[in-house]
Amino acid sequence: MAADDYIIRQISVFSENRPGRLAAIAHALEEECVNIFAFSIAEASGFGVVRALVDHPDRAYERLTSEGFNVAFTDVIAVRMRDEPGGLFEIANLLGEAGVNIEYSYAYSGLDGGVLILRVDRPEDAIAAIRGAGKELIASSAFA
Amino acid sequence: MYWDEKHETMRQAELEALQLRRLRETLTRVQNVEFYRDLLEREGVRAEEIRTLEDVRRLPFTKKQDLRSGYPFGFFAVPMRDVVRIHTTSGTTGKPTVVGYTRGDLDNWSGLIARNMTMVGLTADDVFQNAVNMGMFTGGLGFHYGAEKIGMTVLPAGTGNTKRQVEMIDDFGVTAIHCTPSYAMHLAEVAEEMGSDLASLKCGIFGAEAWSDATRSELQDRLGVTAYDSYGLSELYGPGVAFECPEQDGLHIWHDSYLVEIIDPVTGEPLGPGERGELVVTPLVKEAMPLLRYRTGDITMLYEDDCPCGRTMRIARFSGRVDDMLIIRGINVFPSQIEHVLMAMPEVGDQFMVYVDRGERHLDEMTIEVEIKRRFFSGELADLARLQERIVRALREALELRTHVRLVEPGSLPRFEGKSKRVIDRRGTL
Repeated sequence: MAADDYIIRQISVFSENRPGRLAAIAHALEEECVNIFAFSIAEASGFGVVRALVDHPDRAYERLTSEGFNVAFTDVIAVRMRDEPGGLFEIANLLGEAGVNIEYSYAYSGLDGGVLILRVDRPEDAIAAIRGAGKELIASSAFA
Repeated sequence: MYWDEKHETMRQAELEALQLRRLRETLTRVQNVEFYRDLLEREGVRAEEIRTLEDVRRLPFTKKQDLRSGYPFGFFAVPMRDVVRIHTTSGTTGKPTVVGYTRGDLDNWSGLIARNMTMVGLTADDVFQNAVNMGMFTGGLGFHYGAEKIGMTVLPAGTGNTKRQVEMIDDFGVTAIHCTPSYAMHLAEVAEEMGSDLASLKCGIFGAEAWSDATRSELQDRLGVTAYDSYGLSELYGPGVAFECPEQDGLHIWHDSYLVEIIDPVTGEPLGPGERGELVVTPLVKEAMPLLRYRTGDITMLYEDDCPCGRTMRIARFSGRVDDMLIIRGINVFPSQIEHVLMAMPEVGDQFMVYVDRGERHLDEMTIEVEIKRRFFSGELADLARLQERIVRALREALELRTHVRLVEPGSLPRFEGKSKRVIDRRGTL
């Protein structure tokens, strides 16, 4: 598979930091039957960005935009990691040694192990380093 | 081109001597007004004590409310048989203010307008469409008589029937137009709908409302004119008090006819060039209705440097009204300054709100809410934080004040039609 196939579109939603905003986003996605695989909230003073990996990113984008949300797509990659002590170190160290900077990251732990979602400064290098080390990247097709 | 080169380019020493002489004449004239006789006596100021221009600061201010209290003719300094014209202000709150003119006043006033129009290159060869209200409003007849004085071909078009206005421009070969900036915008739309490019039009004079540099660019593009800002108020004759020259950088105020001070609107203390404050004017040639230190309520500043055009000192384009001013931790802040900063940042929407609170240790805190424009949202929190930081920095440079900036979702701020209420002061009283 080409490196491109591992670039996953995360939806990033600008949200004011006040009660009910996350519920509004979640409700809109529910109504569109969009399933959320993973999400995280990053917050600054008074506002935040809700990041999510979903099964239908375009549908999510359309619906949230139509409700007035400011939504953007962000390229991320997802790596399968061992769900045991040292699993995170393995991936983080791999990227550190390849000189790739992690801008932010979040993870989920499912039935078939853990998945680390990464926003990095040089995705191509990150993909090459991870594949070179024999680690498993999740293809974007798994999220669509 | 000058209409009255002697007065427009007068050297400082000569100008000051003329101003002082005219100030003293004005002090004599105000003795005919009961209000001023009483006021000067109450303040213990005698006309003989005013020996230099700086002494003007010993005179009391005149406020808009004072003029209202004199309704209708209480401020006239001449008998009614010498008053040949009356105009009134719009009087949006309570009774209008009545202003009277002697024949000499009308001559002075039209002379000032002739200076303005000549300054921007208009001559007897121009055809001038005066598209403002011709009635009690000073803007209509003021420009009418000034343009006639130059010998221009004048169309007293008034307002309304915009299609006919466009036809007149095209059919009569109109070269210059005077109207409000908002009417000019409407005129541009109608002309575009009619398929007219207003080919003959080259000069636009816009006044009676505040307008931004962005509006200037748009009007210049759409009407094919060079757009000039015109300032005046009925109490000081009407339009013609200050006007832009072809440099389009600040307005020339006619110092031989108006003695200008910029003051701190709270303390009344004089401010120097480069410091923004309230424009206070003592008209020097008004006969029917002389005034002392009239507080215009308009915010501007004197420029520090001379204008390449060779005329006397300029004032900045007006940036708000004293009534809108906020005092935050002792610093005067005008919502228009905030608007100006935000307008210069493409990432930020047109709407904003300002909240003023009294925070910890009784310090005033100002919070500004701005919407980010959709297309500038990258999805990255770090980009938003950087933008927020940049807005705070730009505001600190412009206001000399630390503010809080909140980025809010697009479309979430209130939209205003007409007069907006963008400032919520929640400080209460101490």
